[in-house]
Amino acid sequence: MSANLLEVKNITMQFGGLKAVDSLSFSIPKGQLAGLIGPNGAGKTTVFNILTGVYQPTKGEILLNNENLVGKKTYQISDLGMTRTFQNIRLFKNLTVLENVLIATHQHISYGHLDSILLTNKYKKQETEMHNKAIELLKIFHLESKAHEKASSLPYGEQRKLEIVRAMATDPCLILLDEPAAGMNHSETHHLMETIAKIRQDFKLTILLIEHDMKLVMGICENITVLDHGVKIDEGPAKKIQISEKVIQAYLGVEA
Amino acid sequence: MINTFKAPVLTMIVLLIIGIALDLGLNAYIQLMVLYAIINAILAMSLNLVSGYTGQFSLGHAGFMAIGAYVSAYFSTRFPFFAGLGIIFTTVGGGLLAAFAGWLVGLPSLRLKGDYLAIVTLGFGEIIRVALLNMNALGGARGISGIPSFPSFLISYSYACAWAVICFFVIWRLVKSSHGRGFLSVREDEIAAQAMGINTTQMKVHAFVISSFFAGIAGAIFSHITNYISPSTFTFLLSVNVVIMVVLGGMGSMTGSITAAIFITAMPELLRSLQDITGIDLRMVIYSLLLIFVMILRPKGLFGESEITDVWRKYVRKSA
Amino acid sequence: MQDFIQHLINGISLGSIYALIALGYTMVYGILQMINFAHADVYMIGAFTAYYTAKWMGLENSPGLSTLFILLFSAMFVCSLLGLAIERFAYRPLRNSPKLNVLITAIGVSLFLEFTGQVVFGADPKVFPEVMKDFVISSFGGIDLKSSDVTVLGVSLVAMVLLNFIVQKTKMGRAMRAVSTNAPVASMLGVNTNRIISFTFIVGSSLAAIGSILVGMKYPKIDPLMGMMIGMKAFVAAVLGGIGNIQGAVLGALIMGLSEEMVVAYISSTYRDALAFGILIVILIIKPTGLFGKYAVEKV
Repeated sequence: MSANLLEVKNITMQFGGLKAVDSLSFSIPKGQLAGLIGPNGAGKTTVFNILTGVYQPTKGEILLNNENLVGKKTYQISDLGMTRTFQNIRLFKNLTVLENVLIATHQHISYGHLDSILLTNKYKKQETEMHNKAIELLKIFHLESKAHEKASSLPYGEQRKLEIVRAMATDPCLILLDEPAAGMNHSETHHLMETIAKIRQDFKLTILLIEHDMKLVMGICENITVLDHGVKIDEGPAKKIQISEKVIQAYLGVEA
Repeated sequence: MINTFKAPVLTMIVLLIIGIALDLGLNAYIQLMVLYAIINAILAMSLNLVSGYTGQFSLGHAGFMAIGAYVSAYFSTRFPFFAGLGIIFTTVGGGLLAAFAGWLVGLPSLRLKGDYLAIVTLGFGEIIRVALLNMNALGGARGISGIPSFPSFLISYSYACAWAVICFFVIWRLVKSSHGRGFLSVREDEIAAQAMGINTTQMKVHAFVISSFFAGIAGAIFSHITNYISPSTFTFLLSVNVVIMVVLGGMGSMTGSITAAIFITAMPELLRSLQDITGIDLRMVIYSLLLIFVMILRPKGLFGESEITDVWRKYVRKSA
Repeated sequence: MQDFIQHLINGISLGSIYALIALGYTMVYGILQMINFAHADVYMIGAFTAYYTAKWMGLENSPGLSTLFILLFSAMFVCSLLGLAIERFAYRPLRNSPKLNVLITAIGVSLFLEFTGQVVFGADPKVFPEVMKDFVISSFGGIDLKSSDVTVLGVSLVAMVLLNFIVQKTKMGRAMRAVSTNAPVASMLGVNTNRIISFTFIVGSSLAAIGSILVGMKYPKIDPLMGMMIGMKAFVAAVLGGIGNIQGAVLGALIMGLSEEMVVAYISSTYRDALAFGILIVILIIKPTGLFGKYAVEKV
């Protein structure tokens, strides 16, 4: 029995002849803010896809709260408490900001079709609850004034924030953030760092993020796993990774 | 409780008043057009649920309509009990069987995307038609005739309207609920929806089943208005007709579907003068051109995803 | 046994015609990822072009090789133009639209051709002119090898060999394969994608035109809706083989032709058409990518 929230044991992902991920193992204790870094093509998003059930690993185990996730569908994994954001933003573009967040609350709804058709009290009560919950979440990210605007009309930075709000609405214990700072400038990134630290604290979340922005990663991640060509080449706290020979070589190439 | 029934009942009353006016003022042919328009509206609204809101393109709607039509026609003609008030049973029965067929078709097919799903649903629609063609117990190619009709226009109108109102409010309210948002999320981005905990396959199947149910209902009403059905009525062309209505009206708009249904039903009449002048039946040629032009010039259709209330609000705000 | 061989010959004959049409579907899908619903109606126009060409040139009663070539070329010419026009005016504007929109437009074009055909040509069937005299070439043990079958097989084979040559050995063909695999990259490497797409439509439509002449030879009744059923079957053949895959389309078509012939011969002719749908549904449920297709993983 492990005390870790997430235990990844020896996962391998084979696409035909290509091993995208090779015997990867790492673990994340509850409440940690962890990072997953590596040069482009290292397999980081693939790892996220494996963790969330988009791909089924060829080998290995994934334990969330000691429950094996391999073989489970993405929505089931979300129900169990692990959710994510996407490298290329995947908002529900034609829906409003509020609707985007509300959709993520669906798994907490217990009313059925009949309730919505007959407009029962159960329906109205839960709808109000979810509405309020969604608005509260939007307030934290200062998006509540745009609740009824189309998600696609938001500026880029706010779209990224919205994705995080949406993920949080599922009431997760573990959030995977895939390059949340992509396309952001310094002040936006700094603001994001604060927000991530804040939600980790206020909502008692565990967070694993993929990032290329080293300032962000070294700034807030407590433990960092480094991937290259699908293989873990190092892991540890920021200070260790910053001076790790292997990591520097992987990013910059070996000196001739 | 009052809230539940307030809007539907009010709508029904308004429709009934219109119905009485129609009964007094119009000839039998136009009355038949009105009934067809209502049936088309039910077909369009139900297809809109699965194609417009859930984004699953179905080309087999005629098949489900056929099932509803045949089930209710069979019972009405074989068992006199069902000819009177019993028609309610056969209509619901037809709808339920069509829904079951929708479930059977949906389960394997809904794993497929876009083009493939369209082709499979087309295939299923055709298989249903060919199966009916070969079932001698159901009349084979000759179909079922002598289906009892309603005693008067007002009664058939009211019956059809009642179902249209039910169809409208069921779909309208479902779409507003969390399940409805689930349908929309499937249309918008299935992968993101799954990551947010939506069982997208279940959503698709639900939409499909509900949609097929109402298609069956439409079929049942249809058979009692035309008094004769045969497999040649329920062709791929009929499915395309419903698709044209949904696309024209705007995929994702209920008012759009209803408006387009009325327009498409009335079109042959509007084009009749052209036909009289030129002597050629150009209706389908114009239909198909309409489809092409709408897709190229205004793919969102008449209403896009908004409803008449949204359009109203926009213009009222503008003038204020 | 003799019956079986006869059915075998018929099946292969039928299958080759399906192949000519299936190739059009598969090539367009390979390059544009769309189902060209209107393809079967281009085929129909080919048949009617031949019909009217024969009429206006007074070739109705002069079967022979020259008639065959004249009709082939006139049909191929008209169909190529038609295919080009459809791509240019109906599909190209929607190049960046959601797939569903293109599908609906394709259905619209298909219906337009069918119903305009009914208005212009009249809905009742016409009799296709006799292109080549049909005689029995040889008869062994009760099996007749008809010249029409030989012509069908011969012409199909030549067409497919030519196609294979074009796709595998020419610059155009290489460009086609490049655009099929990865259009944006091909474009970056200097391929004029629009020209390649137009070329694909020309080739596909020409093959359909050839198919229509061959069909006219075997089944001389033509009408504006003749494309519907055969289009469906050819499409199923393309899907069976793995849509986008040329060899697959040919193999799939042969399987379709043979199975249809066998079902009609040994089970019942009522299910001739339903068979195609049945096969389609089975493939799409068991292996949607078809016999030779690859599974495309969606990038997350």
